[in-house]
Amino acid sequence: MEIQVRDEEIEMLLADVMDQYGYDFTDYAPASLKRRINRVCLLHNLKSFAELRWQLLNDPGFISHFVEELTVNVTEMFRDPSFFKTLRSEVFPILATYPLIRIWHAGCSTGEEVYSMAILLKEASLLHKSILYATDLSSDVVQRAALGIFPLAPMKEYSENYIEAGGEHEFSKYYVAKYDRVIFSEDLSQKMVFSTHNLVSDGSFNEFQLILCRNVMIYFNKTLQDKVLRLFDQSLHPLGFLGLGNKETIRFSSIEHRYRQINREKIWRKKT
Amino acid sequence: MEKENLTRMLVIGGSAGSLEAMLQFLPELKTDIHFAILIVLHRKSDAESTLSNLLQSRTSLTVREIEDKEAIQTAVVYVAPANYHVLVEKDLSFSLDVSEKINYSRPSIDVSLASVADAYGVAAAALLLSGANNDGTEGLKRIKESGGRVLIQLPSSAGVSYMPQQALNEISPDALLSTHEIAAYINSLA
Repeated sequence: MEIQVRDEEIEMLLADVMDQYGYDFTDYAPASLKRRINRVCLLHNLKSFAELRWQLLNDPGFISHFVEELTVNVTEMFRDPSFFKTLRSEVFPILATYPLIRIWHAGCSTGEEVYSMAILLKEASLLHKSILYATDLSSDVVQRAALGIFPLAPMKEYSENYIEAGGEHEFSKYYVAKYDRVIFSEDLSQKMVFSTHNLVSDGSFNEFQLILCRNVMIYFNKTLQDKVLRLFDQSLHPLGFLGLGNKETIRFSSIEHRYRQINREKIWRKKT
Repeated sequence: MEKENLTRMLVIGGSAGSLEAMLQFLPELKTDIHFAILIVLHRKSDAESTLSNLLQSRTSLTVREIEDKEAIQTAVVYVAPANYHVLVEKDLSFSLDVSEKINYSRPSIDVSLASVADAYGVAAAALLLSGANNDGTEGLKRIKESGGRVLIQLPSSAGVSYMPQQALNEISPDALLSTHEIAAYINSLA
């Protein structure tokens, strides 16, 4: 029987995590946060809230698991192919006019979208003058992303997504399969820079022509969403682009009036 | 316990064989209901919002595919988007979630029901329809525990009896409804 952590207990736990480790989850969306915390208990066979709290405060190795499991790390290559197709047709021609293209994948998780982007840039002959900054809250996850090694099983689905996104080659030419894993070509990862970055507490670190943050802010409450959108706004080049997940929006946010949506995709362009 | 006129949220969960039932009872629903409806239907992840369009063609209620953090309004039929779990926050807005599939499903009925039970308590109602999957049973238990109303489609009346039968094996519902009884029952909740 799985335990159900109560709202007051979650509050207490978040205060502990903030005090002892400096991670601030207080503005995460409560319903999904609760679900994740219950799931951590299930995965680690913790039978009570007291056990979870003890583990968190006394086992120094536990916090990184906790952070990784609290933040959802489910991602795909070319998820929502039409999004990537629109990037290719509407956004890339404009990016091509810059001598150096800076792209930020905020909340990159295990990196599938960073590699998707690198493939598209390569096919548009833009990769050589691009830098892809890929950041995530969890250092374990970022390290894994940097390896460019992914499970083999979903490659068939990714290949279909790739073709739907307007891919020009055999998808399999970009990786080598070994046992149940694939490793992506180093040509792609040469232009990637991986680092930890916490959207809740860290500031801007560069100016980008394109920022992608897809299905990351769905785990935040509206206050935090707005704060992060302002961070992106500050980090975008005038006339830069912002790409979000398929069911996310900048409508009703404080930056809305400075952006124009591209087609009907979740891509917005800054108006100088 | 008196449960009349309490309902503020009705979740309708379905898998294989449930669309037929939905298309049958949806046109018969009153448009002045005092609760919101959330439809969580298992389906292939492609086909952008075709489900919402199909459902909209059968009802005068507003049908909307959910966007993240959308505030919940009464008399609106919300559809869980393909490939997302739908959770309800206590401020009565939706949060989307792309985490692991549950019962091989995203959206999962169990995931939505657990958060609806939490957010609405006695004001929640849930109807489980046809399916070949185990989804929904755990969620219905949560609805029941928090005093909400549990409705199950009569397995013999369902396109695929497995899912409602699984739920029935573990929960005694407030009502067991054949397909043609569903609309009248939902209308009586209003």
